[in-house]
Amino acid sequence: MAKTYYDPADLRKFGKITEWSEALGNKFFEYYGKVFEDGALSAREKTLIALAIAHTEQCPYCIDAYTKDSLQRGITKEEMMEAVHVGAAIKSGATLVHGVQMMNKHDKLSH
Amino acid sequence: MAITKSLHKLENDLADPKNQLKILSNGIFKDELPTFAKKIAASNQFPIQAKKLEILQINVGYMCNQVCAHCHVDAGPDRKEIMTRETMQQCLDVIQKTGAHTLDLTGGAPEMNPNFRWFVEEAARVGIQDFIVRSNLTIIRANKKYYDLPSFFKKHNVHIVSSMPHYTRGKTDKQRGEGVFNQSIKALQELNKVGYGMPNSSLKLDLVYNPSGAFLPTNQAALESDFKKALQEDFNIQFHNLFAITNLPISRFLDYLIASDNYEDYMYALVEAYNPEAVKSVMCTNTLSVSWDGYLYDCDFNQMLNLKVASNVQHISKYNEDLLEGRDILISQHCYGCTAGAGSSCQGTVAE
Repeated sequence: MAKTYYDPADLRKFGKITEWSEALGNKFFEYYGKVFEDGALSAREKTLIALAIAHTEQCPYCIDAYTKDSLQRGITKEEMMEAVHVGAAIKSGATLVHGVQMMNKHDKLSH
Repeated sequence: MAITKSLHKLENDLADPKNQLKILSNGIFKDELPTFAKKIAASNQFPIQAKKLEILQINVGYMCNQVCAHCHVDAGPDRKEIMTRETMQQCLDVIQKTGAHTLDLTGGAPEMNPNFRWFVEEAARVGIQDFIVRSNLTIIRANKKYYDLPSFFKKHNVHIVSSMPHYTRGKTDKQRGEGVFNQSIKALQELNKVGYGMPNSSLKLDLVYNPSGAFLPTNQAALESDFKKALQEDFNIQFHNLFAITNLPISRFLDYLIASDNYEDYMYALVEAYNPEAVKSVMCTNTLSVSWDGYLYDCDFNQMLNLKVASNVQHISKYNEDLLEGRDILISQHCYGCTAGAGSSCQGTVAE
């Protein structure tokens, strides 16, 4: 039987992390829940941010969770894919902007 | 993939309610997840008992012009179960003496019952406070003989409740069939034209949202505001309220959950979202469901699972509201669908 590091069924066991460190685990989940409530940003906007970051973090659990959450909130697939592109643009921008550092170093070391 | 036939027509195993109940009582509910009975017992809410009747829901037949992917009735053009005029008359006798404030006609597409208009005219005469017809919208555009339905409904001051899974075409058609979105939009515009759904109008037009897949609905108010904004901006359509309804794991939706390998995750999500507050106002406590052949059920879902009321009175011809009050509600694991999150009923959420 193939063994993998990631098992989709582990996502629903996330809450169990409190079993080995109850106080910290509970604090985390309380904080997590609070973050995603309606505030200056709507819960819907927060879901799209989370979805984009889930991709840049390449967390399979988070991708599953926030794709489902997006569907629950009536977010369309077009909106979801645009959010992923925002993440991808920042990722590629972050890579490319380091090109300036490369250019600086190159010029400094060259005649 | 678009569905064109009912599970009954396809002779699918799940067309038999016994097989559905077997699935719902085995597998993960043997050792991994608590049964609904255990769960409500843990919050001292077992058994759920019927309170005073408020809503009489009558299913006038399973025939429908649509074949929706999630339909708990397994309705479609190939279903021939239709309430007879004789049973309708028995219903009218009950409507005249019931203490319920709401009469709720459903199907199938109730308008396809040949005695539908007669029944509405007779029932409207009784003057019940809230008279609902659950219309799938497309029926209004399906055939010339239905084009005048908006005026007919208006004449009898019927409250229209219609399904609309999303304000975009893609999601709607995927669940309800190709072309359904455009026809629904046209029907909503027709209803608006005669005054339905307009601000301050007494002609009530409400929409029902249910998720188009293996996920739960989110905040009803947030969805209502998204729907209102989109339908107004894109199509100049107005409506009053949006009811968010959870898909219950029975019939066609159960078939979909199993075939798409989503059944276990969906049941886990329902159990995890269990809200004891929602149990207090779950709809079976104030609703009675009547089937096309006159039998009585705690709700439309139990009707589809062939779970008749636990009472000496099981048929509309023997109806007795006092005897039915206080009866124990029949439950299985599908009931988790009505107690998840803010709860779910034919009138939307039931708890904060």
